[in-house]
Amino acid sequence: MDDFYREFILDHYKNPHNFGELEGATHQYHDTNPLCGDEITMYLKIGADERVVDVAFNGKGCAISQASASILTDEVRGKTLDELRAIDRDHVLENLGITLTPARLKCALLSLKALKGSAWGLHEWPGEEAKTS
Amino acid sequence: MAVATTREASTPLDVERIRADFPVLSRTAHGKTVVYLDNAATSQKPRAVIDAMSSVYEEHNANIHRGVYAFSERTTALFEGAREKVARFINAPQTREVIFCRNATEGLNLVMHTWGREHIGAGDVIVTTVLEHHSNFVPWQQLAQQVGATLIVVDIDDDGRLRRDQFTAAMAKRPKLVTITHTSNGLGTVTPAKELTAEAHAAGALVVIDGAQSVPHAKVDVRDLDCDFLAFSGHKMLAPPGSGVVWGRAAILEKMRPFMYGGDMISRVAVDLSTWNELPWKFEAGTSAYVDAIGLGAAVDYLENVGMQQIHAHERALVEYALPRLMAIPGLAVFGPKTAEDRVGVISFDIAGIHPHDVAQIFDSEAICVRAGHHCNQPLMTRLGTPATTRASFYLYNTFAEIDLLLAAIAKAKTLFKV
Repeated sequence: MDDFYREFILDHYKNPHNFGELEGATHQYHDTNPLCGDEITMYLKIGADERVVDVAFNGKGCAISQASASILTDEVRGKTLDELRAIDRDHVLENLGITLTPARLKCALLSLKALKGSAWGLHEWPGEEAKTS
Repeated sequence: MAVATTREASTPLDVERIRADFPVLSRTAHGKTVVYLDNAATSQKPRAVIDAMSSVYEEHNANIHRGVYAFSERTTALFEGAREKVARFINAPQTREVIFCRNATEGLNLVMHTWGREHIGAGDVIVTTVLEHHSNFVPWQQLAQQVGATLIVVDIDDDGRLRRDQFTAAMAKRPKLVTITHTSNGLGTVTPAKELTAEAHAAGALVVIDGAQSVPHAKVDVRDLDCDFLAFSGHKMLAPPGSGVVWGRAAILEKMRPFMYGGDMISRVAVDLSTWNELPWKFEAGTSAYVDAIGLGAAVDYLENVGMQQIHAHERALVEYALPRLMAIPGLAVFGPKTAEDRVGVISFDIAGIHPHDVAQIFDSEAICVRAGHHCNQPLMTRLGTPATTRASFYLYNTFAEIDLLLAAIAKAKTLFKV
């Protein structure tokens, strides 16, 4: 457990990277985890070459959800949309490096869900009143 | 375990003896004895309840109300005996007013779908409060929206107590129905349900009381409250899930249409016409969860044997012990009433800089079970300006030493998060 709240996770939670709104964002997606009340909005600025020029996230919630978003946003700058879409849940969990209970998986994966939502250019997750931008 | 010697740490209950009746309380999680402080969610079960249920399965299981053979008759007698016990427990004028259902949620929905749909129409007013569990909020919100009625939601003050001025103002709107919680599952606030009922009746309204958090923890007397309906869940009062109750006045229940159709609730069925069974069976379609109801009967026996007044006094002593100690922790804010007056052992709090889910996770590493989240209280969470709280809730088997362990776990969380 003391392993669970590792120093780097708490660092990301307290001083999240890429935190705030992104001016000139071309894509954004908001999602919540009703279980915890976690909230994340993911902002992407995609250039003409379909690469991520800039990224940011806004949100509030538990350490796991916020740290996961901070770590995830760190690695997407410069990636193409296709590369973004290829990031999967195992990758996110590997980044966190901890074993999560089923209840906390949703916290950890909320940022990925928001990132994918924005990468696909959605306002809502497919299946939940999906709309393309 | 350390023995607390402070003046407030005294209780009328022999808690160690009570704890010995609950097999699960000696179990461990992560190598530590479990500290169960999530009683507002569900309670643990004493051996007497477990035995009452297994003896049905092992000795005489048969469907109720049907068979003319010994097993069925014996099971039926225990099932109807449980109804009598519940009726006595809440001082119901008549046993046939006690309707078994799954839980308080189903009981409240029963009232909404039957009495509500028959009597609430366009332009009518329903009054409820921001303290309600979703179970006593959403059914009325939906009914109001479906029929064009108005739902008035009475607010709380900053201490989590109901705004009596707003309630009185709402009565001037001549509501048809007033539906209020007796005890808040989010804040532990006890509402003055008896006074509110009298005020509502004077305004011409019927009164539904959600007793899910009150019936397990204090003597609740429907004749004294003078309400029209009372719903509660067995699983929060030492009985199994599936054993709920909605009590209603016979005169009102008699006139109500059935909630669900099926077996057991029928008097006679022809191809083109059906007539309904008598109370209470008119509202008990299909095979009831009769073993669960028998478990509830055993739980009522257990609670009465310990004594509801003593249980209430014990929980108050726990609150008096816990509240000042929690409030003395820097960065910790208690939601709801700050004194033990008119509140029960449900304490919601926030630790600045640590999300409730992280708090609960750290507590879990100490085998301490609490609830973190919105507690099915989203209108209340919005009112409090927080998406979630950490909630510790007590029952008859909790100890002062367990509260000390809770305080130590809070210190651990603060150290880990450096707040």
